[in-house]
Amino acid sequence: MIRLTNVERIFQVGEQPVHALDHINLTVNAGEYLSIMGPSGSGKSTLLNILGMLDRPNSGHYRLLGRDTTELNDAEQAALRRNTIGFVFQSFHLVPRLTAAQNIELPLVLAGIDIEERTARVAAILKSTDLSTRSHHRPDQLSGGQRQRVAIARATIMHPALLLTDEPTGNLDRSSGNEIIAILEQLNSQGITLIIVTHDQEIGQRAQRQLRMVDGRIVADQARSPRP
Amino acid sequence: MTGRDILRFSFDALGGYRLRTSLMLLAMAIGVAAVVILTALGEGARRYVSNEFTSLGTHLLIVLPGRSETAGGGLNVLVGSTVRDLTLDDALAITRHSAVRRIAPLVVGSATVSIGHREREIAVLGSSAALQPLRQWTLQNGRFLPDGELDQARPVAVLGGKAARELFPSASPIGQWLRIGDRRFHVIGVLAAEGRSMGMDAEDVVIIPVAAAQALFNSNTLFRIMVEVNTREQMPAVDQFILKTISERHQGERDITVITQDAVLATFDRIFTALTLTLAGIAAISLAVAGVLIMNVMLISVTHRTAEIGLLKAIGASSRQVMILFITEATLLSAFGATLGLITGWLGSALIRALYPQLPASAPWWAIIASVLIALASGIIFGLMPARRAARLDPVLALSRR
Repeated sequence: MIRLTNVERIFQVGEQPVHALDHINLTVNAGEYLSIMGPSGSGKSTLLNILGMLDRPNSGHYRLLGRDTTELNDAEQAALRRNTIGFVFQSFHLVPRLTAAQNIELPLVLAGIDIEERTARVAAILKSTDLSTRSHHRPDQLSGGQRQRVAIARATIMHPALLLTDEPTGNLDRSSGNEIIAILEQLNSQGITLIIVTHDQEIGQRAQRQLRMVDGRIVADQARSPRP
Repeated sequence: MTGRDILRFSFDALGGYRLRTSLMLLAMAIGVAAVVILTALGEGARRYVSNEFTSLGTHLLIVLPGRSETAGGGLNVLVGSTVRDLTLDDALAITRHSAVRRIAPLVVGSATVSIGHREREIAVLGSSAALQPLRQWTLQNGRFLPDGELDQARPVAVLGGKAARELFPSASPIGQWLRIGDRRFHVIGVLAAEGRSMGMDAEDVVIIPVAAAQALFNSNTLFRIMVEVNTREQMPAVDQFILKTISERHQGERDITVITQDAVLATFDRIFTALTLTLAGIAAISLAVAGVLIMNVMLISVTHRTAEIGLLKAIGASSRQVMILFITEATLLSAFGATLGLITGWLGSALIRALYPQLPASAPWWAIIASVLIALASGIIFGLMPARRAARLDPVLALSRR
């Protein structure tokens, strides 16, 4: 599903070029549950942005579902992102003036899906995520856990094949965090490819496949160790 | 993304930032209202003057002594060429043309009017019976100057309304005698209130036969001859006839000027159209300022909403879609601002008309259309730059902030 070959991303910090990603090679198969861990500045967020086509590599190739994304133009990338990738961010990134339902609906609106289907799909996902009673609340009227559930609903409403999450529990207390992880893992069990970027060992070690990054390189790529 | 969704999203965005939205609407509305009200004022002034001219009577030619052309006056004085007086005989000669319906010679002066001990300096107008239909005056009491030969100096006088009230505060002036200079006149009529028309006050005036006025002021000169022509089409012919006849009578010197009402009206029209355009131009500057304000606020909005723009891109909006959304916002703002401005401008013009009924202030259609177009154009043009900036925003940077 995902194949990175010799991907390099260089940022210019002052006069010093910094290799945020240093010749990364990575293959991820459909349905995998992958965590990327590492200290801050190790390049794990940059890798996630490249995977989500929010950022372009300076060199190397990124193939997603068999297509070389580096050759697509802006509109094609947007369409591919819309149809195959869902994002969940640490700080939720809900649009503050829109209600929960409207936030969830946004990808469908951008995709130009007609209003009846939109309403039906939003209602269904609100029900399955236990947010029906909150559908007309704005983000500032929701708890952190509820906000992240809205964000996950929004990320998955287009039935993406790939779910990219960047510290999804970073702004949450432990119990809400566990709840969110449980939802994400359930989605993975339904077939979605799940990639979690985190510096939280406990969360990272739940993944079946665990990457460790240091200084823009993948230094470890291992399967989940058996639970002690 | 369908058009309806774009509109709804932009509406939500505008509604989400009430203060900013209403300030921008206000700026745009003030701009458009300024154009509407200022051009309404200019147009009102133009129509006021135009109405004044029409009240002067139609198909009117005015003959005045002296050749007034751009360089003529000064040169005549330098070379010492004398201007011959315009006389009653000149006036009579004009009446020979078949298209001339009536003429009214005018002598203007000022004299002391007295009744017993009451004494007052007043404007004296020497003319003929034809002046009344020419100026479309009506009488409050009595009758106007009688018909008859122009050279008969009958001792009769017609008073303006104010003159009558002040000279005869208690009794009716009809049939009374009064003294103008060293002559006695019999009051035969009082004019109804006309107010001012074309700078000539018909209220505070005494009208006497032209020959009497010439005798009073001891001169043969006429101040003006007003000529009414039967139809508009005959006016050029009469104009030529007058020039020819008078110059024959004046030893071949073309020493008079004939003004047609149309010419004067056209000049005033040009002046006031220029005035209206100037006002519109000044008001258009305020529209441009409103456009700059929209750009400014949209730029702030883009900076303020970087996270939202990044998110839109992350969930699959293309750069083009983001740009369309922001341009739609700017366009909606200017469209609503313009609508508000039109309403305000219309109410403002109505208020002016209510306060000053003589001034028919209403904005010309071209000003209304132009102001709306300029408002929309400035909104879109000034919205373009912020929208491009939004579209080009790097989603990674946008999302990492907070």
